[in-house]
Amino acid sequence: MTPRAWRTLLLWLFAMLAGAAVVWSSRFSADISFFLPARPTVAQQVLVDQLKEGAVSRLLMLAVEGGDAAQRAGLSRDLQGRLATLPEFASVQNGDARSQDAARDFLLAHRYQLSPAVTPERFTVDGLKTAISNSIDLLASPAGMLLKPYLTRDPTGELVELLGGLNAGAQPDSRDGVWASHDGRRALLLVQTRALGSDTDGQEQAIALIREQFAAASRSAGFGALKLELSGPGLFAVKSRATIKREVTRLSLISLTAIVAVLFFVYRSPRILLLSLLPVASGALAGIVAVSLAYGTVYGITVGFGSALIGEAVDYAIYYFVQSGRLGLDNWRQRFWPTIRLGVLTSVCGFGALLFSGFPGLAQLGLYALTGVLTAALVTRFVLPPLAGTAIQVPVPARVGMALHAGLRQVRTLRWPVIGLALAAFTYLGTQHDQLWLPNLSALSTVSAADAAIDARLRADLSTPDARYLVVVTAPDREAALQAAERAGQRLDRLVADGVIGGYDSPARFLPSAATQVARRASLPSPDELQRRLQAALVDSPLSANKLAPFIADVDAARRQPLLGRHDLAGSGLALAVDSLLLQGANGWSALLPLRPVGGEQGTDIPVAAVRTALAGSGALFIDTKGQFDALYGDYLHQAVWLSSAGFVAIVALLLVTLRSPRRLAGVLLPLVMAVALVIAGLHLAGERLQLLHLVGMLLIVAVGSNYALFFDRSAGGATLDTATLMSMAVAATTTVIGFGTLALSTVPVLHAIGVTVGPGALLALLLSAVFASREA
Amino acid sequence: MFRQLMTGLVLASLAATAHAALNLDQLMAGLAQHKGGRAKFVEKRTLAVLDRPLVATGEMTYTPPDRLEKRTLTPKPETLLLDKDRVSIERDKRTYSISLASRPEALAFVDSIRSTLAGNRAALEKNYTLQLSGSSENWVLTLSPTAQQIAALLQRITVSGSKDQIHTIDYLLADGDRSELTIEPLEPR
Repeated sequence: MTPRAWRTLLLWLFAMLAGAAVVWSSRFSADISFFLPARPTVAQQVLVDQLKEGAVSRLLMLAVEGGDAAQRAGLSRDLQGRLATLPEFASVQNGDARSQDAARDFLLAHRYQLSPAVTPERFTVDGLKTAISNSIDLLASPAGMLLKPYLTRDPTGELVELLGGLNAGAQPDSRDGVWASHDGRRALLLVQTRALGSDTDGQEQAIALIREQFAAASRSAGFGALKLELSGPGLFAVKSRATIKREVTRLSLISLTAIVAVLFFVYRSPRILLLSLLPVASGALAGIVAVSLAYGTVYGITVGFGSALIGEAVDYAIYYFVQSGRLGLDNWRQRFWPTIRLGVLTSVCGFGALLFSGFPGLAQLGLYALTGVLTAALVTRFVLPPLAGTAIQVPVPARVGMALHAGLRQVRTLRWPVIGLALAAFTYLGTQHDQLWLPNLSALSTVSAADAAIDARLRADLSTPDARYLVVVTAPDREAALQAAERAGQRLDRLVADGVIGGYDSPARFLPSAATQVARRASLPSPDELQRRLQAALVDSPLSANKLAPFIADVDAARRQPLLGRHDLAGSGLALAVDSLLLQGANGWSALLPLRPVGGEQGTDIPVAAVRTALAGSGALFIDTKGQFDALYGDYLHQAVWLSSAGFVAIVALLLVTLRSPRRLAGVLLPLVMAVALVIAGLHLAGERLQLLHLVGMLLIVAVGSNYALFFDRSAGGATLDTATLMSMAVAATTTVIGFGTLALSTVPVLHAIGVTVGPGALLALLLSAVFASREA
Repeated sequence: MFRQLMTGLVLASLAATAHAALNLDQLMAGLAQHKGGRAKFVEKRTLAVLDRPLVATGEMTYTPPDRLEKRTLTPKPETLLLDKDRVSIERDKRTYSISLASRPEALAFVDSIRSTLAGNRAALEKNYTLQLSGSSENWVLTLSPTAQQIAALLQRITVSGSKDQIHTIDYLLADGDRSELTIEPLEPR
């Protein structure tokens, strides 16, 4: 090797080591942020915070199945007891009567701070008269059984008021004293992890602990027949990460093994084989380094895309080894490198367009592939030749050459059938235009249908609201956020009274703002005054004022009670309700008020316009989460259409500038466009659910396929399309199809969609370019 | 002397049996034949905490075998619906719905009236000891709770009627409060 070659090699080695160091310290992630918008709107930011840090993202729903009801209830209690003591869990609820009683006792003890009915008017003679006579009416009814024990302490019925706000209708059923599914066959628990929803490691650990404790509990009770079912955002995150991890390894292995086998069959030389993999390894490493440096975090799905990159990046080495054998290095550089360089540039245009996507996962894929392809090409051009030396000869058997040329002649007879087929595909796509693309984000979700069904069932059994409609208020501190929630609540109360919405939750229901608590406290009269007013109010009542000493004592105690804070809620089960609705973010606090639809005949939709009107000017934000997600995906899709078009235009411009001939441009593009149409029409006919990534795949067919079309263009330009060139193209196309085709095996929708589009697309691009290649040298 | 007393007692009890001419099975069979229907009710509650009783009135509709709707009209409209093991109460436009499967003692309490209307002796005997007295024209059925959980709420229920028609249901609660329900059918069955 020459000194210059040594220098190049050392430089390369140094770059690789530096890259390895970067990768070593990179943060890899397989969480949901792959799909979340890079530049969110205010409403989207609320959703992002919810998904990453919200209490809802920390909830796990548990169901105990099998055995009999008593066994399930026993296990539910045991498991609750075990989990509640572990620091990994913030709250573990199973609807046990003890915790229900604790919540009721808490509400009773703090009723004069919590009840919205506590106003100065309530404690006037008239107010007391009305409230107490209401309570007495209630006593005459079956519901009065609940109230009777508290009548002398709470004659104005504040406890009833508070329990009504808890929405008794939405409580889970219970059997043997613990929560159970509606059909009674499963005992249910609701667990909130201490770990954030975005902390997949923490979620994994929490889930493992739950399973461990369940196994221990059923062992100690001797209930072998009981099973645990679990669902929640944390489980989805853990499962999705496991799937991606498994697939990254599996897909890369499949792709690499198949490509190595093909290359060995062609080269028959382990040395050339190893050298060929050099640009690939460099490209894959450089891709991860670039992503890590640009984004800080590398998504697992991005690494999974590596299996396609292997197939694409190995092409340049194939061209070099197969073509340069007889030409010599300088000759190869002069005659073939410009074509290869143009192919690299078209690929760069395709992947580069993705960089501008607001869909962070897509932008990362773009940067990874772009860097990988560029690095592989540069390594092939500058590092490979000095390393390989000149004594390289890849056998090009004569019978292969004959077969390839015969095949080429054969496929040309297919021109008209292919044109007919392509026209049919275009027509079909034209008629299907409106229902081609799936309109929602769920198309990208890695959650399996079976897991989604379990989740939906547990949610229904636990009456967990799906929180589709949210009112959000933000403020610099907790007190201000609670006050804002109270103001929004007053407007929502009117909507409830008018029957526009069924109800709503608010953190201020169990943790009123200090201002409100102070105002309520100030409404309470002194014992003597209250005694006097009661005497006047209860003149004609069946309830005599002198029986109400406990009431007067409680009101007097409430006047001196300290203000209720978040820590007072601990252990009452109400803490979870408050924490899930009151979030501290980077820019202060936000309070969430989930709305419930009226239900019944009006269905589960809420009249969005009416709610917006009611909240107008209050500073509260009304969010229809489903609408937001649909809009988000719509934005991604719209942007992908735009970026794909821009990428396509860039490729066309690049080719036009380089080829300087509209006719040659048409010769290169026509087969590619036909390949795209045939693939998309074929996939749609085959029932594939087409989404955003299939759309991106269309661009990549053009970007990747153009490499092959350009070689045929060379021959159209008068250059020889000799056997070695043909063979290199066939081998290169094979490796690319293997690389992308492997992705089609993936269960991760993002990877599957690209693979299933670009794999067949690249093959068709080669074949159609051959069909339409105008002349044979 | 002792012998005479014993004989007297035996005779007296025999005489009582002969006179009643109504046993529990007959009563239950008669009640079970009801096709359901509508009735007016007046409910009088006597509570220790209140100086005078509370009176509520309304209508009841019974649809055999397990649906009972009690619609209170005064002093405040309220509807109680007992359907299988679910109770729902509608009041002030709000509906509260509770599954009683989880609370057997509450179910037994609420179920006493429904099982009596249905003439379901087996269901009643699960939770109560039954004692029947009087004649078929004027019978009195006393239900005494057997389970500790129910006894904590309820001392006894006394149901009176003639033939297959119930006239009053009297609940005596554990704390001494009582609730008397007087029923009057609205249409011939």
